[in-house]
Amino acid sequence: MGLNPDTSPVNTEDGVVSSMSPNWMTTKLDFLANWARANSLWPMPFGTACCAIEFMATAAGRFDLSRFGMERMSFSPRQADVLICAGRLPFKLAPVIRRIWDQMPQPKWAISMGACASTGGIFDTYAMVQGIDTIIPVDVYVPGCPPRPEGLMYGVMLLQKKIKGESFMDSSIRDEQLTDPRTGLFLPAQRIDEISEPFGNSVHQTRSA
Amino acid sequence: MTVSSPSAAALTAAFGAAIERHLVSCGDPIVYVANARAHDVLAWLQTTPGQEFNYLTDITAVDYRDPGRPLEVVYQLRSLDRKADLRIKIALDTGRPLVVDSVYDLWRGADWLEREVFDMFGVSFTGHPDLRRILMWETYNEGFPLRKEFPLRGHYNRAEQTRQALAANPEAHYSVEELTIAEAFQELPPDVRERLSHGERGFVK
Repeated sequence: MGLNPDTSPVNTEDGVVSSMSPNWMTTKLDFLANWARANSLWPMPFGTACCAIEFMATAAGRFDLSRFGMERMSFSPRQADVLICAGRLPFKLAPVIRRIWDQMPQPKWAISMGACASTGGIFDTYAMVQGIDTIIPVDVYVPGCPPRPEGLMYGVMLLQKKIKGESFMDSSIRDEQLTDPRTGLFLPAQRIDEISEPFGNSVHQTRSA
Repeated sequence: MTVSSPSAAALTAAFGAAIERHLVSCGDPIVYVANARAHDVLAWLQTTPGQEFNYLTDITAVDYRDPGRPLEVVYQLRSLDRKADLRIKIALDTGRPLVVDSVYDLWRGADWLEREVFDMFGVSFTGHPDLRRILMWETYNEGFPLRKEFPLRGHYNRAEQTRQALAANPEAHYSVEELTIAEAFQELPPDVRERLSHGERGFVK
């Protein structure tokens, strides 16, 4: 910085440092805030199936999720930072996880643990949400059926890496994503149909719509 | 073929033509009963000395893939004292409305079992006190998932299914009976009391 006057954070005409441009103060503040946030994530466990067993193993002594600052499980969404959806999500639970997500205060992130939470997995049926990203925004997808505790920890470390790259000054990433008031959906209908398309063996099954 | 159950012979003697046929499959006695007399037959089996089928293990239904083959409602009975089992089947013509008499008055355990058969197969049980969906949410309107004509992914596309599921009110899936909060009803918060009192179930936008 400083070599090209156009990108300099200091506006030389009135000598004011723009609050929106990175400088020594804001980057150090970013570092501090992100360091604090990334190392004290309070997870909200949303365990619906076998992934929750692996999640419990991850949190227990042998794998010890508290090494990453996540030992404090938050069973109230109002005190949680990370929603970990561990397991398949039936349509009947869709309004429940949406409400839990809405109750979590910013800043908040979501981890989709396992194949079913991420894509619907083998449950390409009338009762199953085909990926929780059609219901809530997701930051990290952990593959596996179910993922090993190491896999979930890798996902947690990816999330910490993502958090450490965020900018404190950029408030737009903390804005609540609003749903379409007509449909109640985050995504356009075509997009949901597109990402819910069958894959693997299930393409041979009959489709009515 | 193993010998038929003594209950089958006794039923034929007592009900005659209402017992359509009986057989033994894998050692299990099965009796087909005419729909009109089914409730009488089941009541007789429960109360008659020597039968005493006092435990209703399960109610389910079978929809066969073969065209024209009737849908069967299956009652699995057990006599806890005699250690005997009996399977009663009612064949229902799928071309007509699927209506069966409820056995809730005989076995209280039939409550949720009949609700499940209603939810999955669309069989109506006359006389059931609270016949509504139990596994699917109450505003689910795509049909009856375990019927053979029901497509695996449902009738609507995924976006429409997601929209309808999100429009359901997750707190409205309980009735006063289900929560057994009838006794504690007065202690509930006023808004919940108000909601339950007029039977709110959920809504579809």
